[in-house]
Amino acid sequence: MRAAVILFPGINREGDAARALRQSSGAEPGIVWHADQDLPRGTELIVLPGGFSYGDYLRCGAIAARAPIMRAVRDHAARGGLVLGICNGFQILCEAGLLPGVLMRNAHRRFICKMQHLRVENAQTPFTRRYQRGQVVKFAIAHGEGNFIADEKTIRAIEADGRVAFRYCDAEGRVGDSSNPNGSTNSIAGVFNERFNVLGLMPHPENLIDPLVGGVDGRALFASLAA
Amino acid sequence: MKARVIVTLKAGVLDPQGKAIEGALKGLAVEGLKSVRQGKIFDIELDGEDRAAARRTLSEACERLLANTIVENYAIEIA
Repeated sequence: MRAAVILFPGINREGDAARALRQSSGAEPGIVWHADQDLPRGTELIVLPGGFSYGDYLRCGAIAARAPIMRAVRDHAARGGLVLGICNGFQILCEAGLLPGVLMRNAHRRFICKMQHLRVENAQTPFTRRYQRGQVVKFAIAHGEGNFIADEKTIRAIEADGRVAFRYCDAEGRVGDSSNPNGSTNSIAGVFNERFNVLGLMPHPENLIDPLVGGVDGRALFASLAA
Repeated sequence: MKARVIVTLKAGVLDPQGKAIEGALKGLAVEGLKSVRQGKIFDIELDGEDRAAARRTLSEACERLLANTIVENYAIEIA
């Protein structure tokens, strides 16, 4: 798996993303600067990591979504290439129109940084095939703006097409207000685009790849991509 | 030419910042407030004096960057 991690000013999770990719594929991912026009030749997977691109100015991800490299990201996605956006990367993909909806300020107004259970909703995609449908996993979340919303029609389409990747839940896999950390519609933590080649999620699978630091539930995502 | 673009959240979209400000104002005992919603103002200077052209330029700026029209409305005021 030839992966490229896009680096925007203010991103701070590129090292974690690169480490997870290295562990799963054995190959060193390229780091691509936002002002570049082109991806490394043969790039199969693009990762937009977490952080605070442009200091979250204007709206989270809004400025990064218009950066020069995004044309190449868009072309890659249009060709069916894989794109993964984590946290700020998810916000950037929504702002770029590559994923539906928008991530608003957490409903309770606080920045959250904690471990969170998620339920795998669709395990038949290049990103999730090493999970089981309904499996409960534990990822880290760390965000102030993760409240996923979209208009009713869009939400209905996302649900009907099986485009919800992960939902916030409790340790038993129950979904509801008490296990929804940020107010996201239908507890949506991650969504696919219509072709299932673009995934955005707020939680951080790249931080759960080593038993020394909290668990390995994130490994299967990177293993799915490397397979 | 000077213009002002006002971006506001659409009705029904939750505005936690507005709520927090509303709570703080009520905490200051500022009387008679029903609700507060927060928006953004952009003061923009434009080349030329063609108002119709300015409006087109600003509409494009709003559609392409200044507003996320999924959740926000925008209004353009040309001085």
